[in-house]
Amino acid sequence: MRFMVMVKANEDSEAGVMPTEAQLAEMGEFNEEMVKAGVLLAGEGLHPTSKGARVKFSGDQRTVVDGPFTETKELIAGYWLIQVKSREEAIEWMKRCPNPGPGESEIEIRQVFEADDFGDEFTPELREQEERLRAQAEKNA
Amino acid sequence: MGSPDAHRAVEAVWRIESARLIAGLARTVRDVGLAEDLAQEALVAALEQWPKDGVPDNPGAWLMATAKHGGIDRLRHQRMARRKHEQLGRELELDRGGADPDLAAAADDHIGDDMLSLVFTTCHPLLPTQARVALTLRMMGGLTTKEIARAFLVPEPTLAQRIVRAKKTLAEAELPFEVPPPDELDERLASVLEVIYLVFNEGYSATAGDDLMRPGLVEDALRLGRMLAELTPREPEVHGLVALMEIQASRTRARVGSEGEPVLLADQDRGRWDWVLVGRGLKALDRAEALGGEPGPYRLQAAIAACHARARTPEQTDWTRIAGLYDQLAFVTGSPVVELNRAVALAQAFGPETGLALVDELTSEPALEGYHLLPSVRGELLARLARYDEARAELERAAELTNNRPEREQLAERARSLPSEPRETAL
Repeated sequence: MRFMVMVKANEDSEAGVMPTEAQLAEMGEFNEEMVKAGVLLAGEGLHPTSKGARVKFSGDQRTVVDGPFTETKELIAGYWLIQVKSREEAIEWMKRCPNPGPGESEIEIRQVFEADDFGDEFTPELREQEERLRAQAEKNA
Repeated sequence: MGSPDAHRAVEAVWRIESARLIAGLARTVRDVGLAEDLAQEALVAALEQWPKDGVPDNPGAWLMATAKHGGIDRLRHQRMARRKHEQLGRELELDRGGADPDLAAAADDHIGDDMLSLVFTTCHPLLPTQARVALTLRMMGGLTTKEIARAFLVPEPTLAQRIVRAKKTLAEAELPFEVPPPDELDERLASVLEVIYLVFNEGYSATAGDDLMRPGLVEDALRLGRMLAELTPREPEVHGLVALMEIQASRTRARVGSEGEPVLLADQDRGRWDWVLVGRGLKALDRAEALGGEPGPYRLQAAIAACHARARTPEQTDWTRIAGLYDQLAFVTGSPVVELNRAVALAQAFGPETGLALVDELTSEPALEGYHLLPSVRGELLARLARYDEARAELERAAELTNNRPEREQLAERARSLPSEPRETAL
């Protein structure tokens, strides 16, 4: 299963205040733990919304709004994409994350849609085709 | 926290902590089986206490302390185990004594070695392959016996017995808990890679209609491979295997059609490839190649997979490069099947005659006798050269040789679809 983990912004991240060396080291260690465990797929920090933009849709209309945006607590400062076996595992990992900001911060965990989730139904007959797939996999490899 | 939620939280922590826990304990008690027993006892304690008290702030430390206490209790009753008993006691004192940063750092330093020693033990050549798979998934992967049994379509008691026997074999052999010495390392590492790739292939061959644990094995193998790559960053074949798995796994969504039928690589919708995994695979391949040295089989297979991954469309595939890579792979492995794949690549790169010349040599290869892909490939190449009668005969033969019904139908259909050659009629 995959989860996207979004680090919510705070005043510092929006003001472009860089993390301290100690904070960077701590976060770096956390990232490294996830890499060593084989669960981290991707992750990046995002520039403050002052460098960003929004596209608003209304029917066929498009409007572009430049940042910065004001509702700090709902903005995103960075994300990770992790591969784990369950929602609980994603949570347990993120409990170990160092506090991303001074004082209060928040991260949000969301499961990523995968092929199986789109409701494809497979009949029991298809189990017989496992052997065929094995042979094909060798052919395709 | 309701009970099933609490259980899942404990299981989640277990997946995160078990390898490190068992490895750390094994370093002290020098017995992987005992270490695992102690770890399992700590897990039982966690399942009892955490639903009531909540997951502790430092679950890893809680489990380790609990396991060590359990070890002390257990070893107290075995006179011969005095030294281990004392060692555990000493360590608990140090752990309790608080955060001596030097000790914590030292522990962190050797955890890598401990994890390596553990995986080398679970993959020890003394054990039958299926036992290596089961032990590795359990101790390094944190899977339960039940999960492993479901994944491999084996009854749970059978798998449990397999694990018990394996631990007994290891205990009787009294193996040192260590990273193998340099002269053994390549061979022992090959065994670890073989186990991981076996898990991967088991998962890769599963269908979506299967128990979800089965395709889940692909993720388990990827995780184990990535862990190993961080533990042995200077081993090119480890990165090679990871690269191969990431790229192969990237095609999961495109490999199967809407009715569960397999889709050949050339026909796959590349928009359905997982480009996060492709990117990771290419990066891992870079790491392998940066380490230099003679390329090994995993690195070469990964490089071939990467050639396909880099092609936006099948027409853009760099077949010349692939042919060269198969050339190296054939040399390294001596495998006739690889030679057959090389023939296909040669045909794609240089024309069907070139491929056919190699295939013709392989027809006398005893290892390929009865292998349906040999006449299948030969038939395709003959068809491309408009030698339709010969092609039809080969494809029909291939259809006869395969046990696989849909593939048989595909081959027979292909044979039927070939045009007839004009015949001279006697007047």
